[in-house]
Amino acid sequence: MKNKILMKGNEAAAEAAVIAGCRYYFGYPITPQNEIPEYMSKRLPEVGGTFIQAESETAAINMVFGASAAGARSMTSSSSPGISLKQEGISYLAAAQLPCVVINVSRGGPGLGNIAGSQGDYFQATRGGGHGDYRTIVLAPANCQEIADLTLEAFDLADEYRMVVMILADGFLGQMSEPVVLPKPSGKTFSKEWAVGIGNKNKVASLILSPEDGLTKHNYVLKDIYDRVEESVIKYEEYMIEDADYILCAYGSSARICKQAIQELRAQGIKVGSFRPITLWPFPYKELKKATEGKKRVLTVEMSFGQMLEDVKLSVNGTIPVDFYGIPGGMIPTPEEIVERIKSYE
Amino acid sequence: MNNEELIYTKSKSMTQRETHYCPGCTHGVVHKLIAESLDEIGMVDNAIVIAPVGCAVLIYDYLALDGVEAAHGRAPAVATGIKRVHPDKLVISYQGDGDLLAIGMGETIHAANRGENITVIFVNNAIYGMTGGQMAPTTMPGQKTTTTQSGREPDDVGMPIRACEIINTLDRPVYIERVSCHNPANINKAKKAIKKALLNQKEGKGYSFVEVLATCPTNWGLTPKKSYEWLESTMIPYYPLGVFRDKEE
Repeated sequence: MKNKILMKGNEAAAEAAVIAGCRYYFGYPITPQNEIPEYMSKRLPEVGGTFIQAESETAAINMVFGASAAGARSMTSSSSPGISLKQEGISYLAAAQLPCVVINVSRGGPGLGNIAGSQGDYFQATRGGGHGDYRTIVLAPANCQEIADLTLEAFDLADEYRMVVMILADGFLGQMSEPVVLPKPSGKTFSKEWAVGIGNKNKVASLILSPEDGLTKHNYVLKDIYDRVEESVIKYEEYMIEDADYILCAYGSSARICKQAIQELRAQGIKVGSFRPITLWPFPYKELKKATEGKKRVLTVEMSFGQMLEDVKLSVNGTIPVDFYGIPGGMIPTPEEIVERIKSYE
Repeated sequence: MNNEELIYTKSKSMTQRETHYCPGCTHGVVHKLIAESLDEIGMVDNAIVIAPVGCAVLIYDYLALDGVEAAHGRAPAVATGIKRVHPDKLVISYQGDGDLLAIGMGETIHAANRGENITVIFVNNAIYGMTGGQMAPTTMPGQKTTTTQSGREPDDVGMPIRACEIINTLDRPVYIERVSCHNPANINKAKKAIKKALLNQKEGKGYSFVEVLATCPTNWGLTPKKSYEWLESTMIPYYPLGVFRDKEE
């Protein structure tokens, strides 16, 4: 029997970061992710780490920039409005090839929105968010265990590819409590010869004015890394798709609701399965295409107007119909509504 | 050199690169003062300079140190992250007036208020140089810039902000001084202030802030000589030189 601990999703993320060797956390309070900075403020000093409650989200991500440039594992967390403020820093981190982990426990928007979970930040997370030609790896957990496991893995991915890795959770996942088996560190080590403060007289910068094609060349260096990530870092979960006529496609909290709808539909004799992307970037285009081959229809379910929907359509590429069901603004689709939508196809 | 005695040489903390600065610009002087100070306190191989957005964005090409380029105004936050990871290294946040007092005011105040053990060198030339001469928070009343073409009008945009005086309201900073580099006597004083600010950090004393009044002949529309005169006659009366705080005294 493994040691299961009842933890909030936010706490699971924080402890997993500590297990991963993150000793520098910088953040600014915002609901519904406050358990992360609160946990870190107590926990990091216990392990010789540093917690700073920054003066703003902007300052926090730039403290992460500094700690990462200095070669340390570093993290910040926030929720949607705060993540918008961090986009400047994320773009600079991406440009300077600095690894770090950013957690978005997203909430309803736009604007100040509300504090309920929402999936309205998919475009921002997967399309870069900040300015310029760059990518961040985006991992979407669907339960507290996965929050812990993916946060741990995020640090390795960040260091391996020298990229920003974002955990895209939501307010429901951050606030719910579930049993968690704390993951063990991977033991992987990464040489950071590029860091400052180690005697190499290194430069960490993103301004490339000359030669004329200097920035273009640098952008291609980044592109090569992104290509490698697209080849190597794809995660998804298939559920009862083999005999299914219909495929529900959803991530995070929405995917949990879909599973409940599948049970109900199967009890009524309608064969439904689900495909849950775990990496939102890189998106599992090929894998979803394969999973939907020969099926009657895909129903994309999101807590938004439909953002991942665009990636689902790109993946399926017109081979079968793609439908959408979702609700924005911090409300959740119910299993009954999904059941009704699927039954309308019969 | 045969029988000649070497009495002056280029600092070991400087690279061989020629700077891109305009004639009469004082950035190069301030760079040299930092470099010589690092030589003298034996920290050439243990210093990290943070480049600001502004004319000094390429400072890491001229100082032979580790260099990190921060987003506009964020240098004190980046410095904080670096210093917390490497408390034994000297971390220098080099910033201009737009960086430190406009877009980065929050970072400036809070790094100072936390008493981060860093050294902030603030180059105040009363204008935005790199972007072509727009109004700075420190632009003087009546001073013509490309965004105050009839001269800065305080009734419209307020009076210039005095950085040392603001920092001096906070508890944690250990050393605050305003110096100038418009003539050799003042350059000598600036050198002493910068060296002291770096030594404070080396000795773990805490946050030090040195404001250097500087010139921008190109965007002021003056010759180098006239710009030194303008600094003395117009800036110094508004930005008084001297030590605002020295916790050792």
